[in-house]
Amino acid sequence: MLDDPRLWQIVALSLGVSLSAVAIATLMGMPLGAAIAVGRFPGRQALIVVLNALMGLPPVVVGLFIYLLLSRAGPLGELGLLFTPQAMVIAQTVLVLPIIAALARQSVEDAWREYEEQLRSLGVHGLRGALTVLWDIRFSLLTAVLAGLGRASAEVGAVMIVGGNIDGVTRVMTTTIALETSKGDLPLALGLGIVLMAIVLALNAAAYLVKEAAQRRFG
Amino acid sequence: MILPLRLENVSFRDILKLLSLEIGAGPSTIILGANGAGKSVLMRLMHGLLAPSTGSVSWQGNDPGRRQAMVFQRPVMLRRSAYANVAYALKVAGVPAKERERLAEEALEEVGLRQVAHRAARVLSGGEQQRLALARAWALHPEVLFLDEPTANLDPGATREIETIIKAFDAAGTKIVMSTHNLGQARRLGDEVLYLHEGRVVERAPIERFFAQPASPEARAFIKGELPWV
Repeated sequence: MLDDPRLWQIVALSLGVSLSAVAIATLMGMPLGAAIAVGRFPGRQALIVVLNALMGLPPVVVGLFIYLLLSRAGPLGELGLLFTPQAMVIAQTVLVLPIIAALARQSVEDAWREYEEQLRSLGVHGLRGALTVLWDIRFSLLTAVLAGLGRASAEVGAVMIVGGNIDGVTRVMTTTIALETSKGDLPLALGLGIVLMAIVLALNAAAYLVKEAAQRRFG
Repeated sequence: MILPLRLENVSFRDILKLLSLEIGAGPSTIILGANGAGKSVLMRLMHGLLAPSTGSVSWQGNDPGRRQAMVFQRPVMLRRSAYANVAYALKVAGVPAKERERLAEEALEEVGLRQVAHRAARVLSGGEQQRLALARAWALHPEVLFLDEPTANLDPGATREIETIIKAFDAAGTKIVMSTHNLGQARRLGDEVLYLHEGRVVERAPIERFFAQPASPEARAFIKGELPWV
């Protein structure tokens, strides 16, 4: 099974889609979370509650929502993105963004209590303060990124709906496992499951080592 | 010139009560008082971190922000090198990149941290971190420096080093406004005392007279109670 080139194509597409989604969600979610943590504006508390609730978005609902947006009759139908890897990246980004933003918001808010007085004393305000704190706790925020990555690599519903599980085009590890299980090819499904878990474990181990090294170096 | 600093009928919640005073250039001012007397709140109001509930805090100049600095009991350092912490403060203050390097190195030299300039600030000792906080202030050449119990967490050796640096600020013409619980330190560094009691300034006097002949009963009780542990 392991020398099957199709298998590695599936693994590569899975990683490509999930890592892209997590990268985009990190770039958007971190500053968003930091801004909500540091900012004071009307409706802030409601926004935090909504953001936290969105962490529990069901993947199939996100998939359906993106499907409606991208389908031929939908508002973004002209882009022709439905059933492409790009559509899967969009769906997973929507799924992961609230997780990264909500966890970053909490981390930055906790850190802000320690930094606020000192930074204001130095004349740091607003967005600059948020970004300074974000950068200063960047290694702790790896955990938020990993939570997002866990969500993206584990979900089936969203990629299934917007990708369509097309062999050789949008078939990823989780959709293959679902398909092979229903077809009765349990060894292949199980094998893919093990590969998926090994990859997630390896990514987490790497992130942990980076974080430990950084903590020793920077305190 | 941003001094004198004027406080008129300043209250802060129920911590400070209708306080009026003027802080002028020159003598180093030591703020004394028991825990909870309002020392830290008063300094934060003067520095601009807190807004008064009533009354006004006003400087002579329009933009005092860049001309005054504060050093806290527990300094907060960014997770970057000692040098980068000073350079960050200069950048925020709008100092051009070219000058930052010279000013930061000068400041680190002044506080005796040049040899650890490229070590991570957060792994420095407590005394070194407080010296770094002073370097961060030194680089900005402030007209006024507020210090809130800057040596409360430090051992005697580190405390002496901090005191030496505070004297250097004074010698360089920076107005010192400091709160402390260490009466020996108050005498070594101060020229005048502001004595706070339950949110009011009950006495303001030259340092020697304050300790020799305190005018208010509160100050007399405070000195009597504190001195045996100096």
